[in-house]
Amino acid sequence: MASLTIDHVGKDHGATRVLGDVSLTVADGELLVLVGPSGCGKSTLLRCIAGLEELSRGAIVMDGVDITRAEPRDRDIAMVFQSYALYPHLSVRDNLAFGLKMRKTAPGEIARRIGDAAEMLGLDALLDRRPAQLSGGQRQRVAMGRAVVRRPKVFLFDEPLSNLDAALRGQMRVELMRLHQRLGATMVYVTHDQVEAMTLADRIAVLSQGALMQVGPPAELYARPTNLFVARFLGTPEMNIVGAAAAQASGLVAALPDTVASVGVRAEDLHVAPGGVGAQVDVVEHLGPEALVHLRVEMIELTARVDARQVPRVGERITVAVDAARLHCFDAAGQRVEGRQATADSPKLGIGKP
Amino acid sequence: MTTSSMPVPAGAPTTTEPAEAPKQTRARRRSPRLKQGQANWVVKIVLLVICLLWVVPTIGLFVTSFRTADAVNSSGWWTVFASPFDFTQWTLDNYRETLFPTGRENGMANAFLNSLVVAVPSTVIPILIAAFAAYAFTFMRFKGRDTLFVLIVALLVVPNQVALVPLLQVYGSLGLNGTFLAVWLAHAGFGMPLAIFILRGYMQTLPRSVIESASVDGASHFTTFWRLIIPMSVPALAAFAIFQFLWTWNDLLIALLFIGAGPNEVVQVNLAANVGGLGQGWQLLTAGAFVSMIVPLLVFIGLQRYFVRGLTAGSVKG
Repeated sequence: MASLTIDHVGKDHGATRVLGDVSLTVADGELLVLVGPSGCGKSTLLRCIAGLEELSRGAIVMDGVDITRAEPRDRDIAMVFQSYALYPHLSVRDNLAFGLKMRKTAPGEIARRIGDAAEMLGLDALLDRRPAQLSGGQRQRVAMGRAVVRRPKVFLFDEPLSNLDAALRGQMRVELMRLHQRLGATMVYVTHDQVEAMTLADRIAVLSQGALMQVGPPAELYARPTNLFVARFLGTPEMNIVGAAAAQASGLVAALPDTVASVGVRAEDLHVAPGGVGAQVDVVEHLGPEALVHLRVEMIELTARVDARQVPRVGERITVAVDAARLHCFDAAGQRVEGRQATADSPKLGIGKP
Repeated sequence: MTTSSMPVPAGAPTTTEPAEAPKQTRARRRSPRLKQGQANWVVKIVLLVICLLWVVPTIGLFVTSFRTADAVNSSGWWTVFASPFDFTQWTLDNYRETLFPTGRENGMANAFLNSLVVAVPSTVIPILIAAFAAYAFTFMRFKGRDTLFVLIVALLVVPNQVALVPLLQVYGSLGLNGTFLAVWLAHAGFGMPLAIFILRGYMQTLPRSVIESASVDGASHFTTFWRLIIPMSVPALAAFAIFQFLWTWNDLLIALLFIGAGPNEVVQVNLAANVGGLGQGWQLLTAGAFVSMIVPLLVFIGLQRYFVRGLTAGSVKG
């Protein structure tokens, strides 16, 4: 187990800047999720930690030791690849043993660790098979097993679940959490899937265009996104973002300070309530226990999360209100404006009618 | 039925079309199948003709090699099919005489062993070196890598004959002429550019993440090469090995130049000498030709499956 410090790390590919200037620390035993849209540099950052890419700037420190220039094999990390990267000509047992043999582990110890990992991941019956004879989920498990047997200081996961179907992905997500709880290991996990990020992470680091947007526990990122990008990126459905002028004109929100350029409202903070602003129901998406109602307030398109028992019909005119305490305000640069003074004087909602 | 007169959007399902539609689709469906069937027959006939063209001389060779000198000189090989059970026309003497000739000391048996001694190292040496080179060109980063590779590929264009005279001079000064080592080196050198080119091309198709995974797992380049790349490259290695082996086995020019006739002479040189020396001995030549063909045939039949099988299946998704 170890802590990991990423210190002003940057990476250029020729003239293109893949990573700007990223600084992060991963605490001992923490699961940090790097999340962002494709091309944001999250995989590059992970590969830098693994030593598969050379840094252009900055340093990586593990347990107080600078490993910036160390070879991948000298770093004591294990990595699970998106494509699994199993050794095709070796049996599952030999796949698991490979890393240990490379490190000259005693045969008895190798057998014991393979036994442990196989039991933990349910691979007992598959040990003598070749990767080609396994299903996607089983291959994924072998790839994780190969990391687990190594007992490395840090685990790296590069979108390990993205090749699985939805049901299996949910199942493996739970197994991953179990694994993390059981091993208590330091893990860095890369994904573009914000649901995966929210469910797995101790802390999330959101990246965009090679720059770190925000780092923090999932709940904090969800509740207090520091900028528009994070606000939009986390949460399904996407947060409703409305220009401040339009929002005030429509009566959705009360008077805002001049610094606020746009406001954001999560779908669950937009309530169908009597005495609110008039809205027209466009589309209804039923999700089972609840429904997403796409509606229009004048020309503003909004999405509200509504309890399944109170779903309005398409075309119906309803009134909606914003939970002002949970309004997110952003300035012209897209940075969060602390909303206390912005919203305190506008209590629950704007009751102005059309 | 007002609905049928309504304009149907492009790409709409055909079920909304009126009753004549099924007939049309059936006709449309049948015609390509018919064409396909015809094409199959044409292909089959062409293949059959090509096979016959190829096989007839070989059969002639094969039949002749078992006929007595008298029979060979008096009638064509195809006449045997009229009376295949007339055993006076059959003999094994041709093979005995070719393999262990009574008059000369260097028979085909000796040449056969020499050919193996030449062909096996001439295959193994370039493949081994080329595999190392291909690994470096694919997975290692060093200055001038691409330039070096282009240079090696450019050597493919240079005809081997250009190097023959200089090689003879060098070998002469080193006292290598007439030795097996001379031919091994020549074959290795001539085969190397293509070997490197083919193997690098194959290694580039290997999933990079597997190699990266190995490096994270703690494998050095050397172990990665032996434990992963070589087993995963077996199809390419086998394919090239087959070609290189057949080339070196069938080669006359290099063997004649650097070894020539004598105790070290190879099958092809021996065979060529038979043509000159035994110009009249048809039956002996055909026997010799068959001996020289056995190994290529076995090699091809035995290793053919490596062309088909891909070992990378299952390492990555899919």
